[in-house]
Amino acid sequence: MAEIIAMPKLGFDMAEGTLVRWVVGEGEAIEKGQVLAEIETDKATVEVESSAAGVVYRHLVKAGDIVPVGTPIAVIAAPGEKVEDIPAVAGGEEAQPSAAQTEQPAEQPIPASQETAAILEDDGRTKASPLARRMAQEYGINLKQVQGSGPGGRVVKRDIEKALKTAPVAAAPEIETPPAPIAAPTTSPLPAVVPAAAAEDQRVAVDKLRAIIGRRMVESKTQIPHFYLTSEVDMAAVMELRKQFNSQLPEEQKLSVNDFIIKAAALALRQYPNLNASLQENEIIRHAHRNIGVAVALENGLMTIVCKDADYKSLGLISQEVKEMVARARAGKVRPEDIEGSTFSISNLGMFEVEHFVAIINPPEAAILAVGSVKEVPVVENGVVKAGLRMKMTLSADHRITDGAEAARFMQALKNYLEKPALILL
Amino acid sequence: MARITMREAISQALWEEMERDPRVFILGEEVGVWGGTYAVTKGFYDHFGPERVRDTPIAEAAIIGAAIGAALTGLRPVAELMTINFAFSAMDHIVNQAAKLHYMFGGQMILPLVIRAVGGGGRQLGATHSQTPDAIFAHFPGLKVVAPGTPADAKGMLKAAIRSQDPVLFIEHATLYQTRGEVPEGDYIVPLGKSTIQREGRHVTIVTYSKMLEISTKAADQLAKEGIEAEIVDLRSLRPLDMGPVLESFKKTNRAVIVEEGWKSYGVGAEVASRIYEEAFDYVDAPIKRVAQAEVPLPYNRTLEQMALPQVEDVIKAVKEVL
Repeated sequence: MAEIIAMPKLGFDMAEGTLVRWVVGEGEAIEKGQVLAEIETDKATVEVESSAAGVVYRHLVKAGDIVPVGTPIAVIAAPGEKVEDIPAVAGGEEAQPSAAQTEQPAEQPIPASQETAAILEDDGRTKASPLARRMAQEYGINLKQVQGSGPGGRVVKRDIEKALKTAPVAAAPEIETPPAPIAAPTTSPLPAVVPAAAAEDQRVAVDKLRAIIGRRMVESKTQIPHFYLTSEVDMAAVMELRKQFNSQLPEEQKLSVNDFIIKAAALALRQYPNLNASLQENEIIRHAHRNIGVAVALENGLMTIVCKDADYKSLGLISQEVKEMVARARAGKVRPEDIEGSTFSISNLGMFEVEHFVAIINPPEAAILAVGSVKEVPVVENGVVKAGLRMKMTLSADHRITDGAEAARFMQALKNYLEKPALILL
Repeated sequence: MARITMREAISQALWEEMERDPRVFILGEEVGVWGGTYAVTKGFYDHFGPERVRDTPIAEAAIIGAAIGAALTGLRPVAELMTINFAFSAMDHIVNQAAKLHYMFGGQMILPLVIRAVGGGGRQLGATHSQTPDAIFAHFPGLKVVAPGTPADAKGMLKAAIRSQDPVLFIEHATLYQTRGEVPEGDYIVPLGKSTIQREGRHVTIVTYSKMLEISTKAADQLAKEGIEAEIVDLRSLRPLDMGPVLESFKKTNRAVIVEEGWKSYGVGAEVASRIYEEAFDYVDAPIKRVAQAEVPLPYNRTLEQMALPQVEDVIKAVKEVL
């Protein structure tokens, strides 16, 4: 039986390879595992081994050719065998020798050991709808072995569904190879054996938002000398006050812990303008407004919405504005003014039961506050252990603009506002 | 709910809006004393008087130009074009003025203008009076272009159009005026720019609007007898175009037929199909089919005219081709 050797994929980002040299010439005998050729990727030169024993029937590419991963590069045949269907060098009629096709009954999924063949066969020359193609890839089905029922033999959704139904039976007798991966989604959600063949890495294109987050965070972490301060706050008073408010407020107006932190931080920033600042060349700009950015988790990243002049706003107004902006951000309907002009940011992961974490500064701001959850913990007061409500918050600050002592005093002021929340109601 | 004709629904919407808002007025050819070529404004002249129901000369550029001026200065004109084919005489006013003034002057003024235009073929009015040029107008940003297919939508959408701050081209199909349908009691709005699923099904998605909703529904009825369940999405608005329900439906059925009365080339079907290919490529299980008018000026001869217009059989054939 003839076997096709394809340009192998060496490394997840390899898209094409150069055939540097044929080690075994056409017509020469070759053993399984023997080096057939040398190929070069953008990283290294590697030897390609033959996956079959026999005779090198045909080289399909010339030395020096650059071809995409998965492109057939050689045909190995049994001695004396005549191979009819040889894949053309670039985009020929048929990608697979007929011999291999008779090996597999129609509609049977390809076993794991035939992975190379699967790549060859699903090379775009099989007539299949985009949906069928995607499903085949998801379930590890070889499109070539599915009988197409659409116009001109096109493989469509119903054909894949049919193949899925018959698959577990076909795969059962195989002992050496792992069970066909397609059995998993239809029969059992938790396969006993890891379906090796279909367990492909998922490739997700970096979308615009991800790209922006990535660029800004690299910029921040590489250019800003961060330093970090963690404080623990007694939250009993805030929690009590919040309870009082919320018992009187309708559901949609209830205050969150974060609303208190926004207000408290904005007030503390009035006293410490260096933390509400930006560095621009040789100048530190101390911003006149305290616009608090609030990190909002989205399905595919995060976004910072901005509560402007939070030091002048009531808790109720802060709460309402933030709720509206968060809703718009999550609905993908954020307005430019919702995300512009923040001068200090807060990232709160308290709702995820995170005790404490450190955040990366959101440039061009000078600092960001990372807030953990409010937890009931044992605290010692005057030598007596009792239950208390504590929250940890960590400030990341830009050492070019501020220093440890100043940042620490800011944290003290913030802590004071939160521990005596009557002050923020003034 | 009352069962009324499309004509009554449109008439009610106009009447109620004129009662509600004194800034709303009507102008157009024969809309006053005669009561409208399609009798939509019958009785309006006597009730609202010549100030608010104004007969105009046969000069479409003047009708739309005057309406634009009135809208800019604070009124809410509803201009009627006897047929949409006459909109070509007012093309500059519609696409170069109405669609652009708000934008070009930095939002200093709003343009709450409604142009009601009668469209569609099938009444043996000849090639120049039977066109469906909806896509031409929907091509222009700045204009809202809507074409309801049911009396309920017609009433709710016309009210929304009159209350909108933007110029709206409201296309009424000449052969739908007699169509009856359930219309909710009292004042209600159907928002512009929202398509809707008019009929549920799981085998194929038919995307359509206006008169072709009726044709597609008849096709779906016949297909149902053969066990084929077609889902029908009524676009209702061509601009803004709401692809939400279309994509939602397509992701379920994986097959689509788009039915429009206008010509196929550069048409609504082309736009919708492209958007499906762009936004739901991995759900495509068959090439999307378009059913549209034959690429000829619409014949006068009744038999030929019907042959050139999309018919129930054409929709059925297309559905079977994509299944």
